[in-house]
Amino acid sequence: MSLVFVETDESGEVALTSAEALTFARTNADVLAGSVLEAAVIGTLTESAHNQLAVLGVDRIHHLESADLEAYSATAWAQALVDIAPETGTVLASGTPRGMELMAHVAVRTGERMAANVVAADEEGLLRQVLGGAAFERLQLGGDLQVLTLAGHACKPEETTPTTPEILTHSPESAAEDLRTRVVRTEVETDADNDTSGLTQARAVVGAGRGVGSENGFGEVLELVDHLGGALGVSRVVTGLGWRPHSEQVGQTGSRITPDVYIACGISGAIQHMAGIEGAKTLIAINTDEESTMVQRADYAIIGDLHEVVGAVNEEIRSRRG
Amino acid sequence: MDILVCIKRIPDIAGQITLDGSGTDIDDAGLGHTTSAHEECAVELAIQTAAATGGKVTVLTLGPAEAVEQLRAAVGVGANDGILIEAEDSGAFGTEDIAQVIGDVIRDRTEGGQNFDLVLLGNDAADTGDFQVPIRLAYDLGYPVLTSISTFSPAGGPVIEARGIGPSGTEIFSLELPAVVAVQEGGVDPRYPSITGRMKAKKARIAEYVAPEPGAGNPRIGLELPPDTANEVTILGEGPDAAGALVDVLEEIGVIRS
Ligand SMILES: Cc1cc2nc3c(=O)[nH]c(=O)nc-3n(C[C@H](O)[C@H](O)[C@H](O)COP(=O)(O)OP(=O)(O)OC[C@H]3O[C@@H](n4cnc5c(N)ncnc54)[C@H](O)[C@@H]3O)c2cc1C
Ligand SMILES: Nc1ncnc2c1ncn2[C@@H]1O[C@H](COP(=O)(O)O)[C@@H](O)[C@H]1O
Repeated sequence: MSLVFVETDESGEVALTSAEALTFARTNADVLAGSVLEAAVIGTLTESAHNQLAVLGVDRIHHLESADLEAYSATAWAQALVDIAPETGTVLASGTPRGMELMAHVAVRTGERMAANVVAADEEGLLRQVLGGAAFERLQLGGDLQVLTLAGHACKPEETTPTTPEILTHSPESAAEDLRTRVVRTEVETDADNDTSGLTQARAVVGAGRGVGSENGFGEVLELVDHLGGALGVSRVVTGLGWRPHSEQVGQTGSRITPDVYIACGISGAIQHMAGIEGAKTLIAINTDEESTMVQRADYAIIGDLHEVVGAVNEEIRSRRG
Repeated sequence: MDILVCIKRIPDIAGQITLDGSGTDIDDAGLGHTTSAHEECAVELAIQTAAATGGKVTVLTLGPAEAVEQLRAAVGVGANDGILIEAEDSGAFGTEDIAQVIGDVIRDRTEGGQNFDLVLLGNDAADTGDFQVPIRLAYDLGYPVLTSISTFSPAGGPVIEARGIGPSGTEIFSLELPAVVAVQEGGVDPRYPSITGRMKAKKARIAEYVAPEPGAGNPRIGLELPPDTANEVTILGEGPDAAGALVDVLEEIGVIRS
């Protein structure tokens, strides 16, 4: 049996990353010893999420809702998952911060090992991303229960013949000790400086790196962002120098993005940066250095000074618009 | 507040990586070494907090003898002293082993009269990215633990208020000490070493332990590099003259706002 921790968004829809995890569990059922697919939803279970879980092939839904689980506490949520986890099989989540944290607690509490950022499973064991995606580690967890998280975009969500999932309702009470680390309050970002949602959801992202030259060098790239209705993403050099906020950083320790197009301006293409843009459909580089990794890895490139090139691109867009 | 920060020596890779002869590790012979950005932020938070509360910062690493470089670098930016747990082949240690060995050293220090109010780690190591050592260490010590924390501040008594970015905004936690906190890059800017810092780093006091043989071990069987997919880049041109060709591509993808 496989138990998947399912995250839902503000409107109660199943998160895309959780749909990926459910698909991974279903399509690898044989090697994960998970012929029965279970989903755990903590908090509200909407009609729409229920239907989504059905088309994703879920056999059974555990709906966990209680006063103790209302505010997030990793230990209380993890224990609730442990209580419904199978003895043999797999417990998994997508590799979001919450998924990582919960699975690590589940692993310790069940006395098992855990594999983070798994991308594939076969008879030889698991394959997972390491070094920010620059390499893959093959490993065997051993144990009765495999605890793992799935790397983002490792698996495309796939619908199947809809099931009629049985719903099991639980209202767990948590041990006082497990409530020590619950969220006291949440501040919804009014400060755009901390909001990464624009970046992770944009269809077009313009990337800016050291090549921009200074804090005042973002004029052209920001205008291009505006023409594309997209978002600005930057390299760590840019955030490190304090030119732009960390919420705009793309890469291993920033956001991982999946736009239709990423236009990297003055970014060399260090592996830690590339880790964040693997999910981009089309990659365009604007760089003075034809030999740079970014140009070599791009689908399209323009060799030249980014200020001149992006300035000319903006002008061209304005003139075509008439 | 006395704070322990656990940092890990990792190869500083930017370009192509190659595997070593064993096929289970990368070849780091020609590479420099560093620590992860999350851990640099943890060190910065520790220095700020110790300064504000009148405490001390100790940095710890489990790794080869050379990892003393990373401890000295942390002293160079303001940590007070370091602990090296020497392990010739630290790659043979699994997350359970690392947590256990660090836990043992912390208990040894407690017996010697040194109490850490707070143990900071990075959210995930930049090389292995296991996302587990902080949580396993917390269970080993019997302390509460938070992960993905970007900033925190003393909140009176043995309590800190910690902040991290959650799925729907900034989440605030009230954490009773002693505790373990895994830090996520983004809340503070790590400082650069000063000249006096560099001098201090050279003379830093580094306590040494020898790691026992790993118990659980590392579940790794091997390491693989992604297939070298030959990429064909289409050069649209040089300089501003190529702008039209780029706009054509963007129009084709359909991302230009009308
Ligand atoms: C543990 C760890 C985690 C990291 N995490 C991240 C991360 O999340 N995200 C990230 O981005 N980095 C990360 N890094 C840093 C990474 O290794 C690189 O240092 C960084 O990505 C380089 O940024 P850059 O490309 O802007 O700068 P550089 O590497 O300096 O490249 C600048 C580029 O701009 C070009 N250029 C210069 N002038 C112009 C001009 N006028 N017009 C056009 N092109 C020009 C140059 O040819 C060059 O290619 C991490 C590093 C470590 C060790
Ligand atoms: N060998 C080590 N020595 C010191 N700290 C470590 C070591 N390995 C991991 N850590 C700490 O634990 C964090 C998370 O590591 P991991 O669970 O391996 O992703 C790292 O960012 C470090 O702060």
